[in-house]
Amino acid sequence: MQVSFRLGKRLLYLAMLMGLAPLANAQLRIDITKGVTDPIPVAVVPFADTPTTAGAVDIAAVIQRDLDGSGRFRSMDRKALPARPVRASEVEAARWRESRNDYVIVGRVVARGTAQTAIEFDLVNVLNGQVQLTGTETVAASQLRNGSHRVADRIYEKITGVRGAFATRIAYVSVDGQPPSQRYQLLVADADGENARVAMQSSQPVMSPAWSPDGQSLAYVSFEGRASAIYVQKVKTGERRQVSARPGVNGAPSFSPDGKRLALTLSGNTGNLDIYVLDLASLAMTRVTEDAAIDTEASWSPDGQLLYFTSDRGGAPQIYSAEPKAGAKARRVSFGANYAARPRVSPDGRSLAVVTQDSGGFRIGSVELPSGQVTILSRGTLDESPSFAPNGAVLIYAGRERGQGMLATVSVDGQVTQRLKSDQGDVREPVWGPFAN
Amino acid sequence: MNPTLPRIFATLVSVMLLASGCGTKNTHPDDAANAGTAVGADGTDAQTAGVATVDAGQGSSGRGALGPDGPLGSQRIIYFNYDSSDIRSEYAAVVAAHGKFLASNASVRVRLEGHSDERGTREYNIGLGERRAQTVRRALALQGVQESQISTVSYGEERPAAVGSDENAYSKNRRVEIVYIN
Repeated sequence: MQVSFRLGKRLLYLAMLMGLAPLANAQLRIDITKGVTDPIPVAVVPFADTPTTAGAVDIAAVIQRDLDGSGRFRSMDRKALPARPVRASEVEAARWRESRNDYVIVGRVVARGTAQTAIEFDLVNVLNGQVQLTGTETVAASQLRNGSHRVADRIYEKITGVRGAFATRIAYVSVDGQPPSQRYQLLVADADGENARVAMQSSQPVMSPAWSPDGQSLAYVSFEGRASAIYVQKVKTGERRQVSARPGVNGAPSFSPDGKRLALTLSGNTGNLDIYVLDLASLAMTRVTEDAAIDTEASWSPDGQLLYFTSDRGGAPQIYSAEPKAGAKARRVSFGANYAARPRVSPDGRSLAVVTQDSGGFRIGSVELPSGQVTILSRGTLDESPSFAPNGAVLIYAGRERGQGMLATVSVDGQVTQRLKSDQGDVREPVWGPFAN
Repeated sequence: MNPTLPRIFATLVSVMLLASGCGTKNTHPDDAANAGTAVGADGTDAQTAGVATVDAGQGSSGRGALGPDGPLGSQRIIYFNYDSSDIRSEYAAVVAAHGKFLASNASVRVRLEGHSDERGTREYNIGLGERRAQTVRRALALQGVQESQISTVSYGEERPAAVGSDENAYSKNRRVEIVYIN
């Protein structure tokens, strides 16, 4: 009796650890599977006065992983570093050139009072000896990892000219257990897969997460009531609101760029899926499409003037667009592929990421606007759910490998791919959050 | 004797078993324990974040008398061809049996749960599962079943019956489950 009671308590503790506490060991490990042919060689020197307590953040290692993970850089192995400078004036450019680096990144950690920490850093171009960038990121002492991503963002932007998206977050769904007893979780993690936290869990399916444009909320579909319903949940507090639980399908939520409206899919009692727009303040619903076909998976253009969505009104699923108003006229926008579905609009509005199909299976494709031509970007057999990084440079998507769901990224030119390996069971439906500010 | 009569009789017996037994307790224990919990997921402050727990859903989960392990076996599951929502001829008798029972028992309600295989996008598959559930709903209505007796839900590819990325699994996943809810 005593023993089983203890075991029960331990199991409860384990359940709490797994469910509600931060997932200390949960990781999405990044493997670069294909990179650019000529990545920029950099050296990231360990930062001075980095805390050395157990579990402390190794700032240089975080920056190194971000830059390597982008596929645009190749960082020098720490053990091979020819010196350990901590400020730009200590960097002997010739020596770093000899060890075949273009850039050296050095830095130090400076306490600001008891709660704040400043990460000071220098980016030195050793080809011309110039200090390219000197900066400081000040964060709460508990936020060193986030501060490190922000340093990586600034370095990435300085060298590539493209805003970095390392200090952003992703949300995704994980599933474990075997049918019919499965556990579905909605998770939020840093863009590198670290710091995964459970936002919601259920014994019934959870799907289609979507970020609000301010990054404060997630909309998602939950079947916890044995029917589909759409919720909007505050990421920070877990507080949530049911915004649609009509008869039949409530699906595919997508926030308008101003965050005030939600495009979604309803079927009503007749089972005919159409696109609607929900005003989040008044909960007034506007029907946008009215067609006997399946119309679903709406996504807003960045200016909020158009919805792109999937419809099989022409036979196989293709992408159509319509204005987000009652009685809108739908126009087909994807051509040149037998199958195109679940569009996501690029941040610049010039292309759509979609799921398409070729002889090898379901793959991530890019639809150029306005020509509608489809280019295939990924190489899996069951790839789906593409989502743009807020800088538009990379897409995250889900695939399957040896029966397991996995997440991967691909640069929008198809040049750089990487896999994020997870120990959280089947992972799927990644959605990249907005910039933090 | 009409060969479908024993089947109809079996359906009736099973439905009665369900109605008198499992049907009175709507919540499956597995679901009551963990239907849905929302928690704060901010990286900075998760320890003190709010937790919202929601009520479990209602309805038998399909493991009652009419479930795969029940006396009727798979007779409450209708299987479909790829990308199709047409009821195959071999399932016409199954649907008819349920239809006749429901038509003569107006207080009994069913939920039609539509499913798809994993090919295609998830929300599109929700649409496909809904189409399948609607096909079965219309077939039941033709037997005289009242609209108020039937509800539909589509799970798309989210609740597979079989795991795997081959036709064997796919054929088991493209289905509508007829779930008696009282």
